[in-house]
Amino acid sequence: MTQSPELLRRLLRAKDRMDAASDEEWPVRRLAQVSGVSEAHFARSFKQAFGVPPHRYLLTRRVERAKTLLRDTDLSITEIAFQTGWESLGTFTRTFGDITGGSPGALRAREKAAGHELGVIPACYLMAAHRPHLTTAVSEKRRQEAGDIISASETMEVP
Amino acid sequence: MSPGVEVVGVYVHDQDEALKFYVEKLGFRVHTDVKNGDYRWLTVQHPEQPDFQLGLFRPGPPMQDTATAQALNAMVAKGAMPPLVMVVDDCRASYDRLANRGVEFTQEPVNRYGTVDASFRDPSGNGWKMIQTRRGAQ
Repeated sequence: MTQSPELLRRLLRAKDRMDAASDEEWPVRRLAQVSGVSEAHFARSFKQAFGVPPHRYLLTRRVERAKTLLRDTDLSITEIAFQTGWESLGTFTRTFGDITGGSPGALRAREKAAGHELGVIPACYLMAAHRPHLTTAVSEKRRQEAGDIISASETMEVP
Repeated sequence: MSPGVEVVGVYVHDQDEALKFYVEKLGFRVHTDVKNGDYRWLTVQHPEQPDFQLGLFRPGPPMQDTATAQALNAMVAKGAMPPLVMVVDDCRASYDRLANRGVEFTQEPVNRYGTVDASFRDPSGNGWKMIQTRRGAQ
């Protein structure tokens, strides 16, 4: 079914809000409210519009922010984990590994060694360019590895 | 007028709505507003940039077929169009002024290594970055 520009514009508002505050909790209820869409339809509408379910999108944004902080600051990894919205260092490290395939510490070492040659691109676009591509849900990936055949439910977006 | 880029356009969902936004909220001026049947050539100008016009164009016939127009409107509404950047003297002051007028900001002013930037969208979904660069750094 084709989505109207009016609906897409409202869904974009939910995406924008996650972009602006990815460290916050974004349960479907809250996102649906921002978009003026029913909770029952929100996750499916969002995925149809943007290609990924809302919670998965949120995770990519958090990892992206964490990567920026690892690269550009001297904050400890624990501090970065809490600042970017994770409830524990363990969850952060595991999700970060699932998405980027490496550890936060290794990424920091690599980025610092590479130096800064990207100063002329506005920081926001730089962040977008570095955004991890999540094609498989993190939880789904773990389920697949565990051999669990229960498919990832897109209605279960609440972190 | 010296040789160079004169008009760059953005697609908007509704030209009246876009005109109101760019003129009343952002402070642009109308440069050209001409109708030919259903087609409307509409451009606005930044008050301090007389050599450049921003076109506010609606996808549709005769330039595009209905399906293409629908796809373009969807792209804009999804925020998928290319970045637009506006330079300001004082990002925080501009933010306060525009937010007061009801501009939909998607990012409040942030300091990044001496520059300050904020983001907003027009009613259709086009995303603007508003940047205050270091004075004299350019």
